[in-house]
Amino acid sequence: MSLASQERTLARGLVAPAVLWTLAFFVVPFLAMLALSFAHMEGRKIVQGFDPGNYLRAFGDWSQLKALINSVEITLTVTVISVLLAWPLAAIIAWRVPQRFQRLALLLAVLPFWTSYVVRSYSWLLVLGKNGVINQALMGLGIVAEPLALASTRTATVIGFVHFFVMLLTLTIYANLVQLSPNYARAAQDLGAGRWATFAHVILPLTLPGVITGAFVTFVLCIGDYITPQILGGNTELTLPQLIMLQMGRSGNFPMASALSVILMAVVSLAYAGCSRWLRLDRV
Amino acid sequence: MTQRALTALALLTLATPAFAQDTLNALVWCDHTDPALIAPFEEKYNVKVNLKEFEGTAAGLAILDQSQPGDWDVMVIDSVDVHRAVEAGKLAELPADKLPTADFFPELVMADNNTVDGKTYAVTEKFGYNTTSYDKTKVDPADMEDMAALTSGKYDGKIGIYDYYLPVLGLVALGQGINTADVNADTLPKLQEPLMALRKASKQVSDVVSSQTALATGDVDIIVGGGEWLTAVLAKDNPNLDWTIPKQGGLRWSQSIGVVAGTAKPDLALEFVQYIVSPEGQAALAQSSCYWGMPANQKAGDLLSAEAKAVLRWDQQPDYLKRSQLYPIPDAATDTAMQDMWTAMLNQ
Repeated sequence: MSLASQERTLARGLVAPAVLWTLAFFVVPFLAMLALSFAHMEGRKIVQGFDPGNYLRAFGDWSQLKALINSVEITLTVTVISVLLAWPLAAIIAWRVPQRFQRLALLLAVLPFWTSYVVRSYSWLLVLGKNGVINQALMGLGIVAEPLALASTRTATVIGFVHFFVMLLTLTIYANLVQLSPNYARAAQDLGAGRWATFAHVILPLTLPGVITGAFVTFVLCIGDYITPQILGGNTELTLPQLIMLQMGRSGNFPMASALSVILMAVVSLAYAGCSRWLRLDRV
Repeated sequence: MTQRALTALALLTLATPAFAQDTLNALVWCDHTDPALIAPFEEKYNVKVNLKEFEGTAAGLAILDQSQPGDWDVMVIDSVDVHRAVEAGKLAELPADKLPTADFFPELVMADNNTVDGKTYAVTEKFGYNTTSYDKTKVDPADMEDMAALTSGKYDGKIGIYDYYLPVLGLVALGQGINTADVNADTLPKLQEPLMALRKASKQVSDVVSSQTALATGDVDIIVGGGEWLTAVLAKDNPNLDWTIPKQGGLRWSQSIGVVAGTAKPDLALEFVQYIVSPEGQAALAQSSCYWGMPANQKAGDLLSAEAKAVLRWDQQPDYLKRSQLYPIPDAATDTAMQDMWTAMLNQ
């Protein structure tokens, strides 16, 4: 056996566990879910077959389609707000905080990760409530006369999500920023670029891989999240994961839940296709 | 050295059975996860009770469908759904003479629901009411005696709806003068408009914990579908919370427990069922940290404090039992239609 052939065999051997893992825990379950999505229910029985009825219902029934629209709207809102907040935070940590304190600053930024996700969501419910901290403060300062309806709204869901994802995005953008040589900015300014032009034409494009990577991960985690809209949204509107849970937990309609899950995966795949050019998942 | 190791292994082998712990797998609702209820049974029988929570009969039956016989030993189920489970072959027959139903509130024996063809398959363990819970300092208690007040405009944005379609649609039916037993494909369309009107007047539709939080923090002043199960755990810190059965009536929820067909531990499963319906089990279940409810076994009253009985409205039960109706029992198609109506309401 030649050296090249030996290396190929070794490479295949090393890759095999990962391939087997992906086959066993992603490809096979996904194919099973895909097959199930074309089945239908007869009473409590799942009847296998090739019935596109679940997909037709998902797009033809307004209450089902609205869940998809709600999910996409909320996810896009959360992603944009999180990026807008995380970029300056990451920049301050990378450029303004002395290097010896940067680890501490990052630690403080991700501190909320240490709390349970569910507990954090219920905490937000109390903060945003009619008698919560925010309304008490606003009324105490005379800014509003009546408490604002913040809890059990889409706003509450977005706030809960943003709180979580700003931390995540800060990490990915920070990882990008600290690798940027200050010489790029100096060179741009030597060539006559102002501060804004340097930022818009040099710094920002160079940080796009970190931003897009964080934004993509935010998109994926946010659109598939069930807990936050369930607790903070007050069921005032349904998101796709909530609808999937209703189909599974309440109706026992696994084919419909599978179809909705496939649609959810398709949306994520579209998002991936849209930003794959800039994606650097090794930064996550 | 080898001899010592073999001796140690032999001793370990001999010792192991003494510490072996049997397990019992139970499909339950959250009130059964309270250690105060489960721990005494585990200690008495040196058994570990594995508890899995589920929501709604359809989900429970789906879990059983996807399990192997013997995976599950006992199951909690809406009393009105026992027939469904029996028809699906999911429940085993119980020895009626070994159940203390003679000590039960007569209305809670529910033989029509718990027996099929003269055979007992489940036993009622707990009951209560889905009605109207409210903060009596924020709303006029007299208004709460009439369901029409909820959609009068006076309480718009102050109402929360309990997120369970069966009792709330049952209440909406009562509000329209339709008995819960008459909720079917013909009458269901009549519930659409009043349900949407109720939703329009509401701030949120939420699960048990979120409903309790909203009522306790003042985010809403009324929970439609609430009752003692919602307010009782809050009563100590929030004495202003109250509940009532309006003049149109309320819904009586009741849960039963049975042994799952095909269990490999029928004796232990029966012991568990017997423990749950014993006065001790019933008193603990009635005051579960997840939600309270009336025990089916009247003898549990001897073990409940006067305060607990006051919260449960022990003395008012004869009147409440008269004024309440059971959950609707829809056929499969109507059930699907009810859930679709509920989903549409959520995404209104």
